[in-house]
Amino acid sequence: MSAATPYGEFETAWCPGCGNFSIRKAVVAALTELKLPPHKVVFSSGIGQAAKAPHYIRVNVFNGLHGRSLPAATGIKLANPDLTVFAESGDGCSYGEGGNHFLAAIRRNIDLTYIVHDNLIYGLTKGQASPTTPLGQKTKTQPHGAPSQPFNPLAVAVTMGAGFVARGFAGDIEHLAGLIAAAVSHPGFALIDVLQPCVSFNKVNTYAWYKERCYRLGNDHDPADRRAALEKALEWGEKIPIGILWKSDRPPFGPTPKAPLATAEPNMAVLRDILESYA
Amino acid sequence: MAASSVNIVIGGEAGQGLVTVGEFLARALARAGYALVVTQDYQSRIRGGHNTFAIRVDAKGVLAPTDSIDLLVALSADTLAIHKDRLTPRALVLADAAAGLDGLPGLAIPYKDLCPKPLYENMAALGVLGALLCLDPAWITGLVREKFARKGEDVVAANLAVFAAAMDWTASQQAAFACLAPPTHQGKRLLLHGNEAIALGALAAGINFCSFYPMTPGTSVVQTVIDHADALGVVVEQAEDEIAAVIMALGAAYAGGRALVSTSGGGFALMVEGVSLSGMLETPVVIVVAQRPGPATGLPTRTEQADLDLVLYAGHGEFPRAIFAPGDLSQCFQLAHRAVSTAEQFQSPVFILTDQFLADSFRDTEPFALAELPPVPRPLTAVADVGGYERYAVTPSGVSPRLVPGFAATTVVLDSDEHTPDGHLTEDLGVRVVMQDKRMRKLGGMMQAALPPDLYGEAAGTMLLTCWGSTLGAALEAAQMLRERGEPASVLHFSQVYPLVPDTFVPLLAAARRTVMVEGNFGGQLAKLIRRETGHVFDAHVARYDGLPFTAGFIVDKLLEVAR
Ligand SMILES: Cc1ncc(C[n+]2csc(CCOP(=O)(O)OP(=O)(O)O)c2C)c(N)n1
Ligand code: SF4
Repeated sequence: MSAATPYGEFETAWCPGCGNFSIRKAVVAALTELKLPPHKVVFSSGIGQAAKAPHYIRVNVFNGLHGRSLPAATGIKLANPDLTVFAESGDGCSYGEGGNHFLAAIRRNIDLTYIVHDNLIYGLTKGQASPTTPLGQKTKTQPHGAPSQPFNPLAVAVTMGAGFVARGFAGDIEHLAGLIAAAVSHPGFALIDVLQPCVSFNKVNTYAWYKERCYRLGNDHDPADRRAALEKALEWGEKIPIGILWKSDRPPFGPTPKAPLATAEPNMAVLRDILESYA
Repeated sequence: MAASSVNIVIGGEAGQGLVTVGEFLARALARAGYALVVTQDYQSRIRGGHNTFAIRVDAKGVLAPTDSIDLLVALSADTLAIHKDRLTPRALVLADAAAGLDGLPGLAIPYKDLCPKPLYENMAALGVLGALLCLDPAWITGLVREKFARKGEDVVAANLAVFAAAMDWTASQQAAFACLAPPTHQGKRLLLHGNEAIALGALAAGINFCSFYPMTPGTSVVQTVIDHADALGVVVEQAEDEIAAVIMALGAAYAGGRALVSTSGGGFALMVEGVSLSGMLETPVVIVVAQRPGPATGLPTRTEQADLDLVLYAGHGEFPRAIFAPGDLSQCFQLAHRAVSTAEQFQSPVFILTDQFLADSFRDTEPFALAELPPVPRPLTAVADVGGYERYAVTPSGVSPRLVPGFAATTVVLDSDEHTPDGHLTEDLGVRVVMQDKRMRKLGGMMQAALPPDLYGEAAGTMLLTCWGSTLGAALEAAQMLRERGEPASVLHFSQVYPLVPDTFVPLLAAARRTVMVEGNFGGQLAKLIRRETGHVFDAHVARYDGLPFTAGFIVDKLLEVAR
């Protein structure tokens, strides 16, 4: 595989026209802008169509289990704070199977960037309702309509005082790339929920549907204003805001090791003293 | 005449300080050079109930707890009722004068007179015990000074005064109790429990990442790591659940940490997906499973050896793994070190099966020889050919060079899907076969490195008591008791229960007159594994699953029952 860009060009397993392509482009643009060498960047992902994204970029990849991108990313960051760590996955993976890890990552404020491809549906398993599918939206496995209130990741993250909370749209690559770059620069946990059309299984929330509704947050929005952020997080329907909703100055998770654990050897003199203390 | 061995049981409610008395006495005895095994029996509650702290002390050596009691310290009235049937003919009961001895031989201790405050009753009990055992008081007073130094000279003096008064009072009672014979050990001894030894062995092997979710009796391994984490530079994180704990460990291992997780059966049940992930990613992790009786929450504070099957079969699909089961303190330390080495060498999940008995059983040991530990394999932080690096390069041993991301100018790609040698997911079924063959080849290496079971005595013509893990001490004593009765008996102990190498033990089983499997579970899990792998059927089983550890007496009684 020859690298057309430092981040490579790969053949993908995505459907033609899928929003995943644009998200990939935005990620590569952000990495390029940040001038991060590929071997210093790690992507942890779960399972699903979105979770394959890191395979299509030349970076370090830990493509693990469904719902588990965050605990793996956390372990990676704790073992080597010098790495720039991302977790990336779909809405089912991130908010369904991985819901508990999402809450824990916000509480930890571990320094990584979480990119969620939010297509409001399960793609890889062929179209079941996901935690973000709107109430009443019909799917193959929910013939009477999705029976539960959708999960609002942004409102939850803002309410919990997450480090950095943003919404992007796969139809606005340049804007999304900017969000990703800003998220990486933020010390602490940064969530970017990306609205992503699934052309195969979500016939309601299409490109056209989003294009009509999405608008960029202007300079009049203050990401330090929690109440305003929550209002923007709850805005959905006729108008959908994209941009940085909320940013906090909470210190990131710590303490982290001074040097990467890979190069650490146990101090036998210290250990000898420790053993003596059991006498 | 002096007694060579004494079994002391301290009984009382949780929160009454029996552990304080017990730990002081045990440490003083160990420092004085005695051999001992401490066992704790407690209920799943923080206050009340009835708990015991038992110290079996011996001038020469001791392998396991025993049932009979020589000194019974009753801190609550229940203690007498519960334990009086286990008293030996020479036994003494030490009870509060206010409660009385209930007609049993012993001393009614005037705690009220000896102690200015109830807080000091621990010291009074220690004084009485020290005097009856004829222990040089300096061993206890030295410890009291160390322990209470931080609280100020007044506190030290007050405690020492109560201790001295209790010693004097005991001497005046002229109780007929044989002194403990002088100890035979010379030089420094350590006193620690099995889970501490496991943690220290793992730390000696360079463990520097530990993620966990609390669950008794697995937590004490992590607690030991935490106690020394700052001094040794270990990153420890309490995860949101066991799933996160094991996946976090794998993330850390990928990034070059040496990772350990510790849990108990119920928590391990949740970790199972991570076990398969470790197998597929070929990323090492050491998982300590501290067994307690199940199913489900079972008996949270009691012991059992019933999670071998769970650990053996944990995970979907097929991948190599190794399982260690230490039988004593030295094995806890050495095998934890070996487990880390094995995981790093074969880039696979490796398990250590401990249990509540080992977790809470304090024993004396010689200091561990740190200098003699073999080196532990490390992942690579550099490679010769950056352009050609493949994380899953196909090799004859099945082990591929494991590069840590971030150090060399090439990327490291892991995938839980079937993957090509460079780590990218594939649905090429030919590649699948190549990769599965590569992974499974590591099992051959693990078998070559596997520890054979230890034979204690002769196999030929004997009753061969076969066991694994923490049952070792009781089995050794039971064999001794059988030999004293004229029945030739030996012990075969598995400290590694997987992979098994039949050649190393089948001839021994075949040579024995009678093979008996002694294991702490209902179904005979190791017996069934051995039967499946070798065809050997054991002649008899001794099973224990009432939550208590094996004793020699229990094993011999059961054998007599079977023989009848
Ligand atoms: C433990 C586990 N449960 C279920 C699955 C099956 N599964 C694979 S992908 C997926 C959902 C993917 O949906 P989403 O995360 O929204 O990603 P998308 O495919 O839409 O990008 C599920 C349920 C699995 N692989 N592992
Ligand atoms: S199923 Fe939907 S989300 Fe998945 S690749 Fe196809 S269009 Fe994209």
